[in-house]
Amino acid sequence: MKSTLATKNITKQYQLDEATITAVDNISLELFPGEFVALVGPSGSGKTSMLAMIAGLLSPTSGQIMLGGEEISQMSEAQLTAFRRRKIGFTFQSNNLVPFLNVQENVELMLRLNGRYDKEGRARAVELLQRLGLGERLNNLPSQLSGGQKQRVAIARSLIHDPDLVLADEPTASLDTTLAYQVVETFAELIHEQNRIGIMVTHDLRMCRHVDRVIQMVDGRLEGIISDRAEIEALAGLESHPTPARNGHSHGKIKQNGYIQTPTGIMTPALS
Amino acid sequence: MTVSVSLFLAFKELWRNRGRFFLVSLVIALITLLVIFLAGLGEGLAAANKEYLSNLEGELVVFQDQANLAVLSSQLSRSSMNDIRRVPGVADAGAIGTSSVFIEYPGMDPEAEPVSYSLVGVEPGHPGEPAVISGEQLAGLRANEVVIDERVAKQTNLQVGDTLTVKSTQGGIDEFYPLTVVGVTDSQQYFFQASIFVPLFTWDNVRPKPSVGNGQNELTYNIVNVQLENPADEAAMIDRLQSQVSGVEVVNVVTAYENSPGYAEQQSTLNTQRGFTLLIGVLVVGGFFQIQTLQKVGQVGMLKALGASNPLVALAAITQIVGTNMLGVTIGALATLLLALGLPSNIPIIFTGPQVVIAILTLLLIGPLGGLVSIRFLVRVEPLRALGLAS
Repeated sequence: MKSTLATKNITKQYQLDEATITAVDNISLELFPGEFVALVGPSGSGKTSMLAMIAGLLSPTSGQIMLGGEEISQMSEAQLTAFRRRKIGFTFQSNNLVPFLNVQENVELMLRLNGRYDKEGRARAVELLQRLGLGERLNNLPSQLSGGQKQRVAIARSLIHDPDLVLADEPTASLDTTLAYQVVETFAELIHEQNRIGIMVTHDLRMCRHVDRVIQMVDGRLEGIISDRAEIEALAGLESHPTPARNGHSHGKIKQNGYIQTPTGIMTPALS
Repeated sequence: MTVSVSLFLAFKELWRNRGRFFLVSLVIALITLLVIFLAGLGEGLAAANKEYLSNLEGELVVFQDQANLAVLSSQLSRSSMNDIRRVPGVADAGAIGTSSVFIEYPGMDPEAEPVSYSLVGVEPGHPGEPAVISGEQLAGLRANEVVIDERVAKQTNLQVGDTLTVKSTQGGIDEFYPLTVVGVTDSQQYFFQASIFVPLFTWDNVRPKPSVGNGQNELTYNIVNVQLENPADEAAMIDRLQSQVSGVEVVNVVTAYENSPGYAEQQSTLNTQRGFTLLIGVLVVGGFFQIQTLQKVGQVGMLKALGASNPLVALAAITQIVGTNMLGVTIGALATLLLALGLPSNIPIIFTGPQVVIAILTLLLIGPLGGLVSIRFLVRVEPLRALGLAS
């Protein structure tokens, strides 16, 4: 079973000369496998700091971050490196791919880093790339790819090593709208299908149409969590009309531990 | 695991940017060529200056007191030799006289510039006489025989059994002395000239001097090579010799050749040049890899965010630096070798000596040394950069 991500009262403060700046202010969240959420907010709202803490790239000033049974906020530098390698998949805004590795090698890099570079892994990498429409591009270098293709390679890389948590920092920033929709849709599809936790940081609300929940941040605080399908679609600028819920998330889902997972992430005991 | 991923990344990057890295290798190759040449030249010039002295059988060299350790200024007489041989602890001693002469030989090109050689007078059977590698040793103190250095043999095509003529200016007249070549010795240059060895009395007879033939004066020669019964006793024996023999200064062989005219100055000049060239090498390698590193800060941050450890990143960089450097040194050394094959034999360059080995080892170190800064920099890149954040 995949792990749940929980943040408890995490706060991040930066000391700038005499002033203390609170980038993230006392945020508690709970995210479940198979859930794709968007972390939105204006520039400076603390969404990237939030993502960095969840990713184990930045330690919170206070509070706890737990993935499954592991407490990220207590790990040493070396432990964090190993943790990221094993448990997290990344898609970045820029500097995403290793420029001197071809498409397949970029994806397989995560397998190599994890010591899982074997025949089976290579076959999965090729399969995943084919699914993302990159079957003809396996031997191309990043410089020979379009922006959308690069992001799809990054998505493949973020999933290949079977991570619990898949993080995407503005994955659509350099793409035109049509391409961006496609990339996010594919991403959402794979997150749901592979039962991972997907978090996408974006300032472009239109990208929220494929997510299950939208976490809004303003000035470091949690402004609200939108989980109603209609509301999300309205936020994303779509016509508000009934659409079938994805994976039944908006109706709640009985988890194996006997709890009902509701769209807001609040757990209530399941009625038997 | 870390090692194999490191090497994978290092070599992939090298290969995909091979033009750029090869250019640096070529610069290192040129630096290598220059450094090895300077080292070889240092070795060659030193040998040309000291070869005969450094190969002396005896541990100590006796000079005339006032001569300031200059062989040609030193004048010793037979009485000094007798005194030296009587000092307890002296196993053997041999007188050595040096001068410079032109020789003529069968088959020489009459148009060619005559070449001058060091004419060294030695006492057969005593220290100072070189061992022959073919033919015979000199027969006796007065024999009209000569042992030639193999360089002379190469230049003149003289062989054992041939006769050469020493042309010597005595009292303003050119005198000619035929001598039979009885043996060939090796590695016996002295005073930048290949040497020919004759018995001491023959030397006194044929050497250039103010009057013809044997002078009426007592035989004088330049230095004495002293072999000790116990070589470990060197320091004590120097004191004993200086106190028991009047008017002499005694030093060991190393001090003797280090005080050859110009030796120290020449070596220090070459060493300074070599040092500066190596420094340039360090700066070139360091500069290149630092710029390279600055260009890929984002990429390194991304790799670290993905879970690449510091040792992995550092090892990849070290591999690239050492690889590029080694390729450069190898190309440079091979180029030097090829160039050396084409050099005329009279250029004083020796590529087999310890100085060249030291030069190559130092060259292999300039890469890692120059790359230290960039590796330190790489290790400090924060994975947080991947998200555009950096503290």
